[in-house]
Amino acid sequence: MIPFLALVRKDLKLFFNDRKSVIVGLVVPIVLASFFGYLFGGQRGNAETSKVPVLIIDQDGRDISRGLITQLAGDKTLDVKPSELAAAREAVRKGKATAAIIIPKDFGNNAGRALFSGANKPNLELLYDPSHHIELEMVKGILNGAVMQSVSKEMFTGISGRQTVNEALAQVENNRDLPVEDRKALRDLLGSVQRLNERQSEREAQGAAGSRLTGGLNLPYDTHEEAITSGENVAYNGYAHAFAGMGVQFILFMGLDVGITLLMLRQTGLWQRLRAAPLSRSMLLGSRTVSASLTAGFILFVLFSFARIVFGVRILGSFTGFVGVCAAFSLMTAAFGLMVAALGETVEATRGYSIMATLVMVMLGGSWVPTFIFPKWLQKLTVVVPTRWAMDGLDAMTWRGLGFSAAVGPIAVLLLFTLLFGVLAVMRFRWRTDG
Amino acid sequence: MLEVNGLTKSYGKLMAVSGVSFRVDHGETIGLLGPNGAGKTTTVSIIAGLMSPDSGEVLIEGKPVKNDTDPVKRNIGLVPQDMALYDQLTALDNLTFFAALYSISGAKAQQAIDDALKLVELSDRAGDKVGTFSGGMKRRLNLAAALLHDPQILLLDEPTVGVDPQSRNAIFENLEALKKRGKTLVYTTHYMEEAERLCDRIVIIDHGKVIADDTLQELHKLLPITNVIAIELDNANSFKPEQMLALPEVKSAELADGKLRVGVHDLSRGAPGILRWLSENGHTYHHVSSERPDLETVFLTLTGRSLRDA
Repeated sequence: MIPFLALVRKDLKLFFNDRKSVIVGLVVPIVLASFFGYLFGGQRGNAETSKVPVLIIDQDGRDISRGLITQLAGDKTLDVKPSELAAAREAVRKGKATAAIIIPKDFGNNAGRALFSGANKPNLELLYDPSHHIELEMVKGILNGAVMQSVSKEMFTGISGRQTVNEALAQVENNRDLPVEDRKALRDLLGSVQRLNERQSEREAQGAAGSRLTGGLNLPYDTHEEAITSGENVAYNGYAHAFAGMGVQFILFMGLDVGITLLMLRQTGLWQRLRAAPLSRSMLLGSRTVSASLTAGFILFVLFSFARIVFGVRILGSFTGFVGVCAAFSLMTAAFGLMVAALGETVEATRGYSIMATLVMVMLGGSWVPTFIFPKWLQKLTVVVPTRWAMDGLDAMTWRGLGFSAAVGPIAVLLLFTLLFGVLAVMRFRWRTDG
Repeated sequence: MLEVNGLTKSYGKLMAVSGVSFRVDHGETIGLLGPNGAGKTTTVSIIAGLMSPDSGEVLIEGKPVKNDTDPVKRNIGLVPQDMALYDQLTALDNLTFFAALYSISGAKAQQAIDDALKLVELSDRAGDKVGTFSGGMKRRLNLAAALLHDPQILLLDEPTVGVDPQSRNAIFENLEALKKRGKTLVYTTHYMEEAERLCDRIVIIDHGKVIADDTLQELHKLLPITNVIAIELDNANSFKPEQMLALPEVKSAELADGKLRVGVHDLSRGAPGILRWLSENGHTYHHVSSERPDLETVFLTLTGRSLRDA
């Protein structure tokens, strides 16, 4: 036991004596996780997201277009500014605006007519930045609602609406192709709208302040949004995922470093001295596994402690499950490092391909961005990546606030990967200092 | 104490060691001498258990090393050619760690560390990081690290590579002290003077084979000449050294930089005749000295090649 403990203690001493490693292992992930955490919602879960910049080119200049602009400007997710066509094009091209909406001349009149007849719909032209196609869909949705509200309002209560309703009534009367019952129904509908308009006109003539109707067609519902987190009134904390992600990434790099160091050690007198001592191979590799796991566990501990103190990240699920996921991932990382040392031929080549493998694992595991934004096929594919399980496990135990049962799967899979990497490492490790 | 029987080891098509055999007795110091690539390090690596031979065996106290954890390995202390120390740790931390590899801890370890540091004269630097040490100090600590478990056999693989003459001398004093304590030393080197100074017996290896195994005195007998008489002539310009080859004691004669070097097999019989011949033929001289041929010459004689060029 004395040699085993000495080997572990020595590795830990070497790690902590190397300030660069400690800085890279602790400070850098903290800085990056803080940044990513802020980007992905911070402590209050997307309370302050950037508004989508939208430019409006109003070529109509009448009540309906002005109403439409007012509607859009009132939306909390949009930052609406008036513009000219050429300037708007340039702004979208440069990425300064996500979209530009061109309201053409006579849009209001044509839209009003089309509201009742369905024919000759005017076009609203949308210029957009193709790199923001998701935001474009959002802008279109808001635009639809705003157009319906502003056009219907004008049709039911506005001056141009009265004229349009009169024209529509005349068309209905003159259309001999319409069945009698349909004509009657339309005449009743438009007649009601006409009477509403006339009363509105009379009130305006009498100068009744505040008597103008503010109606029109409205969205017939309101939404109530509730973020499903670990419990009621518990806000999503974007730092939880970010710290888990950066922790996973930098611990993997630490594991990689363990492998490369072992590979380099094999070419030194130190390795000869270790091999000349009466130590078993399992002790040499086992001690390295334990020391790397302890280092990984320490990194996770510091990261989450920092996140807890500074950003209020809490283990809202099972603490045992959290420790279990951390321990299983730490072991998996150590085994990964040993496998790198076992499979590597030269230090240079090994460093290259193992960095690539690590980055792929980090990327597909959801350490940078959550896996739910991946395409469905990729989400299915990433279950073969151990980091995915680590991230799912850590997310489940932190901000999702799930119980221990949600950690069992990730722990089991991570331990299976540990076994796989460990067996490969032991089978392929070149013990002899031949050459 | 240590028997090496018919070791063979090849790397692919390259035969690194081919049938190497030798024996080292208790308290004996042998030098494994040979040029770089001769097979010395491979031989030492096999003895230390770092690699297994293709054939042949190594017996320590009559027992082979059966596996990685065989207690027989405790009889061996290895001083690798490459520095085997952690620069980031202190000398004390290094030695504590290496002692622990042999399950030595506590007071016993402290005593062993104190003794080792005292031997290599680094007690006052125990608390300093090894990275701050000079090359010579590292070499001495490298030696100390191999002594902690008090091995009977020390395998020293070129332990003075890259150190200044002063440090080399210090290391030699350490080794001579160990020799006096009765340790068995196996010393690989390609420095003749080191082998001559330290070793009781020399095993010369070339191209993976033992080409000589004897005491220095006996190895000298393999040479056509065992001594050189160096004579500084007053007037060397007109002297023709080949004239001297007519004398029966003279095996070789050459003149360079005003110095006549005459090779003889027996100094006591050859020197008087040579000096007399010079006087009788009118050649005066102002200085006479004698030199013994070194191992370099032995190697040259045995292989036909200079050791350093091999």
